[in-house]
Amino acid sequence: MSVGAKQLSGKTRWTLSVNALLIYVFFYAPIALLVLYSFSNDNLVGRWGGFTLDWYRDFGANDEVQGALSVSVRVAIVSTLVSVILGTMAALALERYRFRGNRFFDALLYLPVIVPDVTMAVMMLLFFTQGLNLLDSLFGIRLSKGIATVTLSHIAFSISFVSIVVRARLSGMNQTLEEAAQDLYATRFQAFRHVTLPLILPGVVGGALLALTLSLDDVVITQFVAGPGSTTLPVYVFGLIRKGVSPLINAVSVVMLAASILLVLLSLVAQRARGGSEF
Amino acid sequence: MTAVKEAPASEAAPATLEFALVNEANKRRRGLLLALPAYIYLVLFFAIPLGIVVVYSFATRTRTGGTALSGWNIAAYEKLAEPIVRDILFRSLLLAAITTIICLVLAYPFSYFIATRTATVRNIMLVFVMIPFWSNFLVRNYAWRVLLGNDGPVSRFTEGVGLGETTILFTQTAVVLGLVYGFLPFMILPMYAAIERMDWSLIEASRDLGATGVQTFRKVTFPLSRPGVIAGSILVFIPSLGAYVTPQILGGAKTTLLGSYIVTQFLTARNWPVGASVSTVLMVVMLGATLVYFRSGGRTL
Amino acid sequence: MKREQKMKRLVRLVAVLATFMLVAAACGSSDSAESADGGSSDGAAMASCEAGQTDGDLAIYNWSEYMDPELKDAFEAEFGVSVTEDNYDSNEAMQPIISAGGSGYDFIVPSDYMVSILIEAGDIQKLNKDAIPNISNLLSAFASDLPFDPAAEYTAPYQWGTTGLGVDLAVTGEDVPQTWGLIFDPEIAAQYNLEGSYATLLNDPRETLGAALKYLGYSLNTTSEGELSEAGKLITDAKDRVTAYESDQYDELLATGDSSVAHGYSGNFIVQFGEADNPDQYTYFVPDEGGTRWVDNMAIPKDAPHPCTAHTFINFLLDAERGAQLTNWNFYASPNAAAEEFIDAEVLNDPIVYPTDTSKLEFISDTGDFEINFSDTFIEAKG
Repeated sequence: MSVGAKQLSGKTRWTLSVNALLIYVFFYAPIALLVLYSFSNDNLVGRWGGFTLDWYRDFGANDEVQGALSVSVRVAIVSTLVSVILGTMAALALERYRFRGNRFFDALLYLPVIVPDVTMAVMMLLFFTQGLNLLDSLFGIRLSKGIATVTLSHIAFSISFVSIVVRARLSGMNQTLEEAAQDLYATRFQAFRHVTLPLILPGVVGGALLALTLSLDDVVITQFVAGPGSTTLPVYVFGLIRKGVSPLINAVSVVMLAASILLVLLSLVAQRARGGSEF
Repeated sequence: MTAVKEAPASEAAPATLEFALVNEANKRRRGLLLALPAYIYLVLFFAIPLGIVVVYSFATRTRTGGTALSGWNIAAYEKLAEPIVRDILFRSLLLAAITTIICLVLAYPFSYFIATRTATVRNIMLVFVMIPFWSNFLVRNYAWRVLLGNDGPVSRFTEGVGLGETTILFTQTAVVLGLVYGFLPFMILPMYAAIERMDWSLIEASRDLGATGVQTFRKVTFPLSRPGVIAGSILVFIPSLGAYVTPQILGGAKTTLLGSYIVTQFLTARNWPVGASVSTVLMVVMLGATLVYFRSGGRTL
Repeated sequence: MKREQKMKRLVRLVAVLATFMLVAAACGSSDSAESADGGSSDGAAMASCEAGQTDGDLAIYNWSEYMDPELKDAFEAEFGVSVTEDNYDSNEAMQPIISAGGSGYDFIVPSDYMVSILIEAGDIQKLNKDAIPNISNLLSAFASDLPFDPAAEYTAPYQWGTTGLGVDLAVTGEDVPQTWGLIFDPEIAAQYNLEGSYATLLNDPRETLGAALKYLGYSLNTTSEGELSEAGKLITDAKDRVTAYESDQYDELLATGDSSVAHGYSGNFIVQFGEADNPDQYTYFVPDEGGTRWVDNMAIPKDAPHPCTAHTFINFLLDAERGAQLTNWNFYASPNAAAEEFIDAEVLNDPIVYPTDTSKLEFISDTGDFEINFSDTFIEAKG
């Protein structure tokens, strides 16, 4: 990549910088608002009533919020783990091997990405409704929707996203390193563990982050397939918005935001320590 | 994973034809094994639910709003021919297209700028693009509602400047604003990836040959970055088409889009067959569009 | 080669199993759907519960801001079970979840007309009155002969109230006329300083079409397509004056000044006005042309996992002091005669909570086959 072409002329550079700045303002205005009003001592969001930490105290003490938070985290962790494993395996299979039915598999893997939220929510609702009825009538086992159904649904859409990210990484990779490892008598597994895996790790981590975000953020699908006691944080917030918005929502969101930022910073630091460059 | 130790001349230069065939078969088996778990999972928890939706679209709605899986008919599809559905479809396509175009216009210069920074600056800029999106999507939507509301900062600012109150809230403009805000990163990231991967020597060559900035852009840069443009457009257009929460929170439920219509059919109207038929049609359309993309030589997203 | 074929066979087996499941599910549920539709009277066996018995935790599915958290805490403390609550914003959002089965909820709060629909579909179970001794506390008007549950077999009333308009007097002036025309008639609106898009309507087909029907002088429960489409047209014509269709935050939008006329439920307005800087700035009334009077009821889904706990909870809420606590908290009227002595005097005497003139109020009732026309017309009217 020649550096010359990347130099921008002064005028272009100035316009583009201003454009970039404006876009960042656009992105952060609501966030700034969010953070600001989480400290506001007024029941209505949007009115400043003096500084207070009450909402954060409320967040800590509120059983319902803590419950929803715990559900969200549990669902997110399990769904991320499973979808990362399945998604990475799928990506490896598609990029490195040719096998029967791989075109169909490829298409199947893309479907969750292009299916709209609402349709997927409906699909999963109908599926679980039928499935649970079936279990009841065939075996007399009476289960109801809950954390399991939410987690299963999250995994269903996350696998595809993970595989896309890992595939992008794989396709750009130079296979000579892997071949060299094999030429040097490494077993397939050794080659994978010591050569391939470290090389695709940024992709895997990126996919994991994506899966985590998608799971933590999901509203529509979760709302349709959750059951009593399995409310996740976004669905709870959706409900709070109905009950009467108060800065409690802001406090909850700021905490979640801070946690996500922390998580990503940690992973970036970990990557730096390994010597990886960009994700 | 098998611990079979293979002879040195494996992938590079098969010694005999027999060996090559066995090797191929081994590879195919391994590939299938690797893919199997995800394959089974998706068939069970995605393909089958999809099938159920299609099945429901041919079912009948009972008097009490339930669904009877009998008396198969296409009444749910006939309902799609009604003018209200056509209006909603048209409006959804229009808003999704507008959102996509706005995202494109905003993202291109932005991605280009990022791609021309140094590696460290690039990383930092990208992380800062993503951070807002780690806050809850609902709350971000709600924050816009407060921002644009009567009592909100934007309104107070315009009043102070003498432009009167802002009345953007609960209009289609607000919905587009919300959609653009929500999906802009989905445009930025693929575009950045494509632009960064471009062969910059071609751009330099174009300049060396005397092309102006605009000409270089039109004839060299833009075509080279096309995969990113297309990938980003798909990633923005599709969710915009099925959006449901944003039109409700920012549009005051006045702008009925496809997503809201589907949900209303399932909840308010309790007409699951119609909800299923609209979902099916929507999906077929999406599938068609994506197939076209791949046929025209697009790569993976 | 063999291994590969085995793999293919495995995949095929999974696919066949899955298809079988699908077909079995289709056959299985169509049977149950038919039997549920037909045999509602002898269908759901009554749960054999005793007063005060619990069989597990309680899962509530209720309207939002409708149940005092302290009541839930008190129930948890007294009976040693944990209580969770999820919310819905309309009967139509709640019904499919319950009808589909396996929802996991023990206690739901459907409105009057929805009760008839649920009974007909066989989705709720008969109440075991032995487990609900406090049922004798009910006012006689609510104890029996309710149009939607004549023998009072399936439900016990929870709260009742009205739907009307909340108005910001600072915009319209004190002498604002009590009419739906504030929204539907542009001339009246102009007379009272209502400009631009100043109104919110409930995002609820029965309520909003009901308001339009009442304004036109028709019944809320019309089964005439002509009358319904007239009402729909009225709503379409009012679109420019409506800023949002909102079923949850109409009272807040009124308080922040984003709207000046809000269509909503009585109790929510009272709570919101109480929190305003200047409560006298706002008023609530049911327009002269008439409006909705509704009764929400406590019911137990047919497949509730813990019906006995649910029965005990119903009994708990029908207690005199508990019933009063509920009203004192959510400002809706109580159907409980024994509770009246514990309700705050100012609430008891408030004509918004306990309307004195009920002649212009109508109950929403199930219109049977015609019901779906309401939702369809509403969606078309909104555009």
